[in-house]
Amino acid sequence: MIVIVDYGMGNLRSVSKAFEACGATVKVSSSPKDIEKAEKLVVPGVGAFTHAMRELRHRKLVDPIKEKIASGTPYLGICLGLQLLFTQSEEGERAKGLNVIPGRVVKFRGALKIPHMGWNQVTLSQKNCPLFKGIKKDSNFYFVHSYFGVPEDASWTLAKTDYGKGFCSAVWKDNVFATQFHPEKSQEIGLQMIQNFIQYKPGKHA
Amino acid sequence: MLTKRIIPCLDVKEGRVVKGTQFLGLRDAGDPVECARFYDKEGADELVFLDITASHEKRGILIDVVQRTAEKVFMPLTVGGGVSTVDDIRQLLSAGADKVSINTAAVKDPLFVKKAAERFGAQCVVVAIDAKRSLTRKKKWDVYTHGGRQNTGLDALQWAKRVEQLGAGEILLTSMDKDGTKSGYDLELTRAISESVSIPVIASGGVGNLQDLADGFLKGKADAVLAASIFHFKEYTVKQAKKYLKAKGVKVR
Repeated sequence: MIVIVDYGMGNLRSVSKAFEACGATVKVSSSPKDIEKAEKLVVPGVGAFTHAMRELRHRKLVDPIKEKIASGTPYLGICLGLQLLFTQSEEGERAKGLNVIPGRVVKFRGALKIPHMGWNQVTLSQKNCPLFKGIKKDSNFYFVHSYFGVPEDASWTLAKTDYGKGFCSAVWKDNVFATQFHPEKSQEIGLQMIQNFIQYKPGKHA
Repeated sequence: MLTKRIIPCLDVKEGRVVKGTQFLGLRDAGDPVECARFYDKEGADELVFLDITASHEKRGILIDVVQRTAEKVFMPLTVGGGVSTVDDIRQLLSAGADKVSINTAAVKDPLFVKKAAERFGAQCVVVAIDAKRSLTRKKKWDVYTHGGRQNTGLDALQWAKRVEQLGAGEILLTSMDKDGTKSGYDLELTRAISESVSIPVIASGGVGNLQDLADGFLKGKADAVLAASIFHFKEYTVKQAKKYLKAKGVKVR
């Protein structure tokens, strides 16, 4: 069972609908028990980092999610679900994240329209990522965000996107995948990506 | 680089597309869901549903339309028209809308914009500004509400800055002077607003041909353009528009 984690941050219907359109059965849940039993975890979400961590703690979901990730369960983070993986965010002093990826979440700076909103090109930095299987090189995906994650260890960076300067728009290591963009809003290629995650089998990188 | 967005807008009344659309091969051109699927295939970057249903009791029909659209179309959808309470927003978002557009309610109660942004995130709060050239002040525009019938006396530029401060994530800017004229966007207005805020601005009102779209980006400095009739009546397709814009040096998807 694929579990979409509901922690009160944004509406998850578009994510669950996209998974269903790809033929998957999903459970939208905020119960630690469901997360413990999940075969795959999806953490979507939009909004503020600090608020999101507070919601996760309040629902007692921090440890279950970290344990699942550590035990090798495939994880897909979308937007805020990517940012939460980092150590902390500059959004606030006490904005500590899940600390799966050492690094910080920072805000766009300079003469840019914020949020970074719309379709932008995603250029892969790693080869053979199962998430991008069958997706054309340098495809455009839909973004809407004001912050982005900066991994200390560059080997986490799966893809980069240019907005003012290059930033990390997707991460991947072993069973952990996350995108700053929204596959569930990225039309056909987005659905292809979701399909790839549904079909992904841990330990078999194709 | 971030691409410029082309956003078709559908006027929906009691669950049906009005102003008519003339898509070939659609079983039912009055069905918003079918129109949305058509634009999805054509490569539109986002969609806007503008609900012009007069009666509030028939709101449920719109919710149903949004729900059915979200099941078939996986692209950003903004819904506007009569959004005036936090509960309206909650209903539309949980039906599958990604953003809501607030107009009259924002002018009546600016703190509503703040409340909405705090509750749902700035990224889903679009403030629609209907602006009309001031009769008394040069290079100034007044903000209108109630579908362009009431002059609020607010200055459009000041109002745009204010809604940005209140937490709006985007501005949908319509020129009341140009709307329906097919003579191009009000480029002076678009540029003035776009350059004075740091949130994205969607230009709307007056587009008649593909050059107008290009001007909206190149001269008006818009981040996105909204268009209705030129696409609905098949004068141009979204694909044609993108090809044209690309040739003019506008970065599109």
